[in-house]
Amino acid sequence: MSAPTLVDYDEVVERFDPVLGLEVHVELSTNTKMFCGCPTDFGAEPNTQVCPTCLGLPGSLPVINHAAVGSAIRIGLALNCTIAPWGRFARKNYFYPDMPKNFQTSQYDEPIAVNGYLDLELDDGSVVRVGIERAHMEEDTGKSLHVGGATGRIHGAEYSLLDYNRAGVPLIEIVTKPITGTGARAPEVARAYVTALRDLLRALDVSDVRMDQGSLRCDANVSLMPRGSSEFGTRTETKNVNSLRSVERAVRYEMTRQAAVLLAGGTVVQETRHFDEATGTTSPGRRKETAEDYRYFPEPDLAPIAPSDEWVEQLHSTLPEMPWEHRKRVKAEWGLSDEELRDLVNAGALELIEATVAAGAPSSEARSWWVSYLAQQANTRGIALDALPIRPADVARVIELVAAGELTNKLARQVVDGVLAGEGGPDEVVEQRGLKVVSDDGALIAAVDEALAAQPDVVEKIRGGKVQAAGAIVGAVMKATKGQADAKRVRELVLQRAARE
Amino acid sequence: MSTELIRLTAAELAVKIHSREVSAVEVTRAHLDRIAAVDGQVNAFLHVAREAALANAALVDESIAAGTAPASPLAGVPLALKDVFTTMDMPTTCGSRILEGWRPPYDATVTTRLRAAGITILGKTNMDEFAMGSSTEYSAYGPTRNPWDTSRIPGGSGGGSAAALAAFEAPLAIGTDTGGSIRQPAAMTGTVGVKPTYGGVSRYGLVACASSLDQCGPCARTVLDAALLHEVIAGPDPLDSTSIDAPVPAVLEAVRRGADGDLRGLRVGVVRELGGEGYQAGVQSNFEAALRQLEKLGAEVVEVSAPHFQYGLPAYYLILPSEVSSNLARFDAMRYGLRVENGTSAEEVMAATREAGFGPEAKRRIMLGTYALSSGYYDAYYGQAQKVRTLISRDFATAFAQADVLVSPTAPTTAFPIGEKVDDPLAMYLNDLATIPTNLAGTAAMSVPSGLAAEDGLPTGLQIMAPALGEAVMYRVAAAYEAARDAEGGGALIHRVPPMEVSA
Repeated sequence: MSAPTLVDYDEVVERFDPVLGLEVHVELSTNTKMFCGCPTDFGAEPNTQVCPTCLGLPGSLPVINHAAVGSAIRIGLALNCTIAPWGRFARKNYFYPDMPKNFQTSQYDEPIAVNGYLDLELDDGSVVRVGIERAHMEEDTGKSLHVGGATGRIHGAEYSLLDYNRAGVPLIEIVTKPITGTGARAPEVARAYVTALRDLLRALDVSDVRMDQGSLRCDANVSLMPRGSSEFGTRTETKNVNSLRSVERAVRYEMTRQAAVLLAGGTVVQETRHFDEATGTTSPGRRKETAEDYRYFPEPDLAPIAPSDEWVEQLHSTLPEMPWEHRKRVKAEWGLSDEELRDLVNAGALELIEATVAAGAPSSEARSWWVSYLAQQANTRGIALDALPIRPADVARVIELVAAGELTNKLARQVVDGVLAGEGGPDEVVEQRGLKVVSDDGALIAAVDEALAAQPDVVEKIRGGKVQAAGAIVGAVMKATKGQADAKRVRELVLQRAARE
Repeated sequence: MSTELIRLTAAELAVKIHSREVSAVEVTRAHLDRIAAVDGQVNAFLHVAREAALANAALVDESIAAGTAPASPLAGVPLALKDVFTTMDMPTTCGSRILEGWRPPYDATVTTRLRAAGITILGKTNMDEFAMGSSTEYSAYGPTRNPWDTSRIPGGSGGGSAAALAAFEAPLAIGTDTGGSIRQPAAMTGTVGVKPTYGGVSRYGLVACASSLDQCGPCARTVLDAALLHEVIAGPDPLDSTSIDAPVPAVLEAVRRGADGDLRGLRVGVVRELGGEGYQAGVQSNFEAALRQLEKLGAEVVEVSAPHFQYGLPAYYLILPSEVSSNLARFDAMRYGLRVENGTSAEEVMAATREAGFGPEAKRRIMLGTYALSSGYYDAYYGQAQKVRTLISRDFATAFAQADVLVSPTAPTTAFPIGEKVDDPLAMYLNDLATIPTNLAGTAAMSVPSGLAAEDGLPTGLQIMAPALGEAVMYRVAAAYEAARDAEGGGALIHRVPPMEVSA
């Protein structure tokens, strides 16, 4: 496969209008799976969270997880969708070893939520409305680990291992209507959409929304049509887009790739493509020799879902403040400018600061920690702010210790370093590193007296009313206590002790 | 002693066991001995759980000796379980090579309920592969033979369970009925078989044939025994979303009431479309005799019409294979069952395993169903069949407005010779003509012996159909009819089974 000649992005958007369609799969963080009582925790030993039903053993039957339906309805309501009063699950039939029954139970053509929208705010503050076609419930598949190949993909692998822990985990698939008219900003819109959706789902507390762990997955459908045309071009579907940044990159890459194909007189092949994080490019998935026919039919093992109006109404009343409303409120409460707020949001610091505030810290201190010292640490390590191994509650505790005079700012940073190094919580680090401010007056008085005795000329000056001369003694005491004394208290003691003699 | 025990009904055995006149162990041993003696000729059992059965019987005896009330009215009574229910302590093969030796890690709800009731499971019975067939000839483990004439089929798919009853290998059995698999074998073996209302008995742990049609039910030699077993296995189950959340119809009480022989005030509807042409003469004349019997008991016999029943068979043979094609997809060699290591990719191994593991009828129906669900054909086949299903339900509703129960011959013929229809699927399918509409509508029906056909001396069955959850009236009519027929015929029909050669 030769590398395609890409087209300059400006030329792409001058010649073509991109059309996007985004399909987001969200794993719900329900305690149990969609159709059985197995736990859904991520990262357990392979094949330890399985039972006859999610293994598809002969004779097993599914039972709908009521909590998952509730989550699906809440998502639908938050996306301004109409909730279907009646709907069935269907079976999507195809053979694949990671699917225990060789059919996936999915709502297919009778989704729980239809016809909604989500408003997104772009970096410059402008708002784009993305139409939501539908949100439907389905079950996740197991995971295949292909061993022995160069790419980790099935092609070329020697053998494959299967882990069914994920099989049957509740999934919601949220599908947008075609997103048109975004021009050069299409990649940014794609990222903003997934970001907004992630924030929304997080606020709803229905999913871990971790793209890196696969609890939020995005498939990006991209097509181009000549500018001014209204007839959609042939689309490709890019999978394996595992971060917000990748969403933007994948869309942008597909736009330039398709433009190159079209401008060279070729035609875009309708296919599934695979995004490569390392190169930022997409490559064709395994070409299917025959068109897949999923032979959908209504799932006879499940009764239809018919949420009552009362239940939907009750779920509606549980919707939290939406992220955009929330931001507006935070901005007012913290007295931020639009730009300051946007910086916090873009740095991924907003939720962390809020959690720190919720743990008892003043907002200004919390902001200061996350956007300066901790942001630096994340930057140095090349990881996202929320991936730092420190909890907002730890940061709040450090702030509390400083406010109580038990830590100086300098010591506080050492405590944070200790937490980041995995030495435990702030109190443990203080304890183990012996970082507590020396607040024992007895020890301080001894140090002060010693310093005064060493510099009798300064004592004279102080006694003579030159109070600022105390600085030299304070400095000596701080040096002697290795910075672990509260300078303010030291100064008080110096003045006291000097006057006394 | 033991030959007497095996000829007793479950109700009689229970009384003797609970009063300590005989021990459950003796009863179990008598049946195990009988199986050892005759099953070589019948092939009703795919697995006999001798030790487990004796152990359960001993537990029942101990608890009775300790003065504890029996776990159920059937505690200590032996039973033959169709090999389509999962059992942790026995293999579950569904009559298929693809599940040969598979030992499930869990018990079906029916299995659990039988165990909780103190019933002794003797073993697992033969069946057409994945319950697809009307003769038990499509079992991968050889056909079951009809104890009335071992050159003939015992019906199917539950031929093993029915034959076990007729051969006096067990007084009780469990079957499943997707299109007649309990009722048709009951008719062919002179036994009683009940298909409860869809959702009346949990399907959890019942290996699916066609999910929207399958229903578990009791098989016995008398209506009373069937009712006793019905009450053990029926009732809501949170593990089966299609199980009905309603009290179990009071079938035992209905049987006791029916035994008084008074059916006055009841209307019995004869379905015009189920009978006449295509029905064997002896079947038809026994049916007419049954109608006269019901009239003598005071019932009013009326004729009803169900014009869409004629489309039941074609609709059934679209819906069933469609569901089968999906339900049987899981047998892919990846997690359990047969694995044929022929090929390098998962797809090749799957294909080779399914080729080797499924018999001809399973393959036929998988292909039919795959075709019927294909895009472009779905509406014409599956979609149309579902519409027929609705029309058949309406026919039932109309008929049940005119009659409390409906009746017909259970099957159009008596037991046919082994091999006669095995290569003629359409002729085989026609056997279920009268039983299929009930499965499509999800209503209840049962078969009770209605005599022996004059021309061949083989048993025939009377099918009694009732509305959903109308089992009580159905059992009442069945009990009244059974008593009257036995009185007129000089005893229970089942005792006219020719004696079998007993091997030592």
